[in-house]
Amino acid sequence: MDEAQLKKTCLYDRHVALGAKMSPFGGFIMPIQYSGIIAEHTAVRTAVGMFDVSHMGEIFVSGPDAEAFVNHIFTNDIRPMEPGQILYGMMCYPDGGTVDDLLVYKQSQGWDYLLVVNAANIDKDYQWIMDNSKGFDVKIENASEEWGQVAVQGPLAEKTVVDVLRLDAAKELTFYTFVDTQWNGSPLILSRTGYTGEDGFEVYAPHESIRLIWDRLLVNDVVPCGLGCRDTLRFEAGLPLYGDELSSEISPVMAGFKMFCKFEKDQFIGKEALVEQKDNGTPRRLVGIELHDKAIPRAGYPVELEDGSQVGVVTTGYHSISLDRSLCFAMVDSQYGKLGTPLWIRIRKKVFPGEVVKKRFYQTNYKK
Amino acid sequence: MSKVLEGLKYSESHEWVSVEGDIACVGVSDFAQEELGDITYVDLPDVDDEVKAGEEFGAIESVKASSDLNSPVSGVIVEINEDLADSPEKVNEDPYGSWIIKVKMSDPSELDALMDAAAYKTFTE
Repeated sequence: MDEAQLKKTCLYDRHVALGAKMSPFGGFIMPIQYSGIIAEHTAVRTAVGMFDVSHMGEIFVSGPDAEAFVNHIFTNDIRPMEPGQILYGMMCYPDGGTVDDLLVYKQSQGWDYLLVVNAANIDKDYQWIMDNSKGFDVKIENASEEWGQVAVQGPLAEKTVVDVLRLDAAKELTFYTFVDTQWNGSPLILSRTGYTGEDGFEVYAPHESIRLIWDRLLVNDVVPCGLGCRDTLRFEAGLPLYGDELSSEISPVMAGFKMFCKFEKDQFIGKEALVEQKDNGTPRRLVGIELHDKAIPRAGYPVELEDGSQVGVVTTGYHSISLDRSLCFAMVDSQYGKLGTPLWIRIRKKVFPGEVVKKRFYQTNYKK
Repeated sequence: MSKVLEGLKYSESHEWVSVEGDIACVGVSDFAQEELGDITYVDLPDVDDEVKAGEEFGAIESVKASSDLNSPVSGVIVEINEDLADSPEKVNEDPYGSWIIKVKMSDPSELDALMDAAAYKTFTE
């Protein structure tokens, strides 16, 4: 994409002033790192860090048919949700491929539901949602341009949000709940969610508030963290990134996320295909692989058997910062997906042995 | 502004070379380590491997990316820096103190094709 077409978040000037390395992501020019990925990653695991995630999309849905409509496009079941709850799941195509993974918030800002979607997919998702709303009595608004978002993540996140931002409501929130509140005279959504495997909050607010919040956190020594460590953190926690572990080619069932598909629902888009995949298996599935060596598996590297035949491909890989192990996610032929299966990864000219391990590499620390 | 050491030769792929007799000591420049970020792995070749000028002999990896290491000169590898296998971060801390391979050169005239410090400084600006 042409550099000039990239969108900037409301914190762009802050990132540049901090000397961040900037890079395109999801149609935005985003900070990849400030001080360094390892230092930022470690700050989130041991103290507190903050991320500009204003690129994420916010789509509101209301109307007499809002519940039925969201349940129609969403793999998870929103019917048991109480106001103030959040649910994770996917939107799928009729063939089971993934349109996007998203969060659904129940009753926010006077709307029945808020859908928080990936930056790269905002336009595609909005179109998909509109196209599939025919016959439902709902109104839909893409408010992505109006809302900024800062994620405050790490074991000190609650203390930070309470002491620095005076958001006392944080103390009452458990994981995957939120509250609508006011901050500096403007609406603010405080959500106990994140994408790091640590406790933390995601704060949604208009741009002016987001800039004030960022500045106040910064002077209180909250470490600014870029998308580089956002990826290493979510990877260790076993969380997928749309485009790598979920895509139009990779269904939630293939990726091992069928717990977010509620097959007992009467219907939702993609249900038939996903049920078929669940019952009969899929040709490929997503696994974790650990290498018995320090070499680093990267996206696109071939996964092989001992005889050199290729049975899969790496989707994301790192030398894990918190665990000091060489790990990856890979899509492999399903017969090689069992835990403990020996597999080899071709890294440049050499082949390194490893084995299939659980995808959640890091023990998460959510506040249940 | 990254540091460029006087007295070294530099390649366009950001390796530095220091020469003693017919032995070339090869590492990566301060510019390279800054661009890479936190270095987590150095894929070292073996002693006695042959290398050719401009061709890959190994790789250096940061958290995010893998980057080929190219030999600025041709010859035979006589020593590798084993310390970097356990402490790759030394390349970040001291890029010019962290040589990666020593090559017994087969054609020292290849050094003439490399940049000196002034030229490399301009090249990286």
